[in-house]
Amino acid sequence: MKRFSIVLLSLLVLGAFSGLAGAKTIKLGIVFDTGGLGDGSFNDAAYRGMVRAQKELGVEATYVESHSMDDYEPNVRMLAEQGYDLIFGIGFMLTDAIDRVAQEYPDTKFGIIDSVVDQPNVVSVLFKENEGSFLQGVIAGMMTKTDVVGFVGGMESPVITRFEVGFVEGVKAVNPDAEILIGYTGKFDDPGKGKELALAQIAKGADVIYHASGACGHGVIEAAKEKGVYAIGVDSDQSGEAPNHVISSMLKRVDVAVFDGAKMLVEGNFKPGVLNLGLAESGVDTAWSPGVNVPAEVKEKVADYAEKIISGEITVPATK
Amino acid sequence: MRKSWKQLDRLGVALASIVLGLVVGIIFILVAGKSPILGYHALWNASFGSLRGFTELLINTTPLIFTGLSVAFAFRTGLFNIGAEGQYIVGQLGAAWAGYFFTGLPMIIHVPLALGFGILAGALWGALPGYLKAKAGAHEVINTIMMNHIALYATHYLVNGPLKGHAFLPVTKEILDSAKLFRFIPGTRANIGIFIALAAAVFVYWFLWKTTKGYELRAVGFNPLAAEYGGVNVSRNIVYSMMIAGALAGLGGAVQVLSIQYKFYDVTAFIGYGFDGIAVALIGNNHPLGVVLGAFLFGFLARGAMPMQSIAQIPKEVISIVSASIIIFISAEALVRRVIPRFSKKGGVKDANL
Repeated sequence: MKRFSIVLLSLLVLGAFSGLAGAKTIKLGIVFDTGGLGDGSFNDAAYRGMVRAQKELGVEATYVESHSMDDYEPNVRMLAEQGYDLIFGIGFMLTDAIDRVAQEYPDTKFGIIDSVVDQPNVVSVLFKENEGSFLQGVIAGMMTKTDVVGFVGGMESPVITRFEVGFVEGVKAVNPDAEILIGYTGKFDDPGKGKELALAQIAKGADVIYHASGACGHGVIEAAKEKGVYAIGVDSDQSGEAPNHVISSMLKRVDVAVFDGAKMLVEGNFKPGVLNLGLAESGVDTAWSPGVNVPAEVKEKVADYAEKIISGEITVPATK
Repeated sequence: MRKSWKQLDRLGVALASIVLGLVVGIIFILVAGKSPILGYHALWNASFGSLRGFTELLINTTPLIFTGLSVAFAFRTGLFNIGAEGQYIVGQLGAAWAGYFFTGLPMIIHVPLALGFGILAGALWGALPGYLKAKAGAHEVINTIMMNHIALYATHYLVNGPLKGHAFLPVTKEILDSAKLFRFIPGTRANIGIFIALAAAVFVYWFLWKTTKGYELRAVGFNPLAAEYGGVNVSRNIVYSMMIAGALAGLGGAVQVLSIQYKFYDVTAFIGYGFDGIAVALIGNNHPLGVVLGAFLFGFLARGAMPMQSIAQIPKEVISIVSASIIIFISAEALVRRVIPRFSKKGGVKDANL
């Protein structure tokens, strides 16, 4: 115990000296929910933002994956105790944890993704997934040859509903006759389930499938690859998983949110409040996969609709 | 005399298994290119480095005591309760609902009432597979697993539908102050939940080993045919036993909601307390005292996994490997006895009192 304290003390002293040597390094901490890293989409995007902040802004950064939902609050508090300047909670599950700890540490800054925490030291980041998903619907509606497209969701929730509704509207806009198969895996962490559902949709004729199902999406993409049809990725650019079968990915720029949060702090102009990031703010975006030959007219149409959404000519609904 | 020696011997095997598990962990930390000293320092400090850390250890341990007791209780009566996970989830929702629905009650009534709803929900979730086993011979392993999924999706529906208590988040309303469990150290989340868990352990011991009903239930566990011949109603006892097992896990869920979460959160994936409870019961030899110790061990490991990640950049999977290794070493008792000869003097596989 004593020796540990000495080690700790010497670390603290070292830290103090290095602090004297230069300007204070901003420390960025990230707390993930129980889903954790390796989902290839949402959480990994946040991680990329952190790594980018480390490289480009020179911030010191760390992260922690939560073991259970009872750990959200102690994890956020742990990073606050350790002197992290900005702590991001990734996912709505961390709403209460950020809310409580933000009140205990008024001088620390916090961020929450996909939810709103009304505190003077918290920036809340929401995304207009419906807008980005609308464009994927346009792509699916134009690329399908069978006039059957599929949507695979994770667990039904307001966030995932925005993906579904946007996608459906997009398909209808360009291909009113297309049949849209909708399925939910009921979870975010089961690629087998995603594959099963995708295969069932393919059996019914679907040849373009969009997913918003976290790690279940690995299975969706695998099914598309196996059966020679197309998949559309989500959150991160998922074209690497099957370059010739992922047409595009709907980027949800959690990485930009995390990076921008750190950047605001480094530049000394952290602004709390709610950010609602859509196409206009580049919060959602389309990543084309280099391995699929997408006709120019499809790309033009997508650019066209993107402009209309940004200008407000089209409003994409967010709820059913 | 002989019995207590044997218990001590088992404790030695358990401790040896823990040490071996941590050694396996060191290997993996080194493979990952990180520092085991920094990592295990973080692991230790997470629970014993500060008062708050210790209180958080209690909080991580409490649900595991309940689910461990639930599994151990069923096991002592000859049943495998794989359903502690689902029983825990419905216990959470039951308590959360009672915690905000009943208004104007004094704490002395509201807290037991909300706990009671958790117990009731869990008991129902356990009794149903018990009933199916008793009446139709349906195996409880299959049915408790199925009940886990029903719990996951039924609560998911409710908290996204009729019981949704937030503008856009899938959570219930927050429970009223009168339903919150007392927190006894200001500035921490330390609460009386741990004492309820310990009381439940004492209750299980008393019930199984000091009452006639408990004797009957254990008799069914030892040999159902002999018990039936001796005049015990086996079918009824199966339902009874699963009901109590479910109640214990349900109470665990209720305690966690009333002490920590204060509302029911949509469970997007299994929380894992119920499954960890199986391991806790196993390493605790299905004895209440062993369960309490096993729960502390698992609570300690789970709690330390997170600072190990943030401070020493050691992936949380390493701790999963450590806990899995400990379970394997404890199950493979004979192996440990061979590796550490001190324990091989007496007994062997045949004596292993599993």
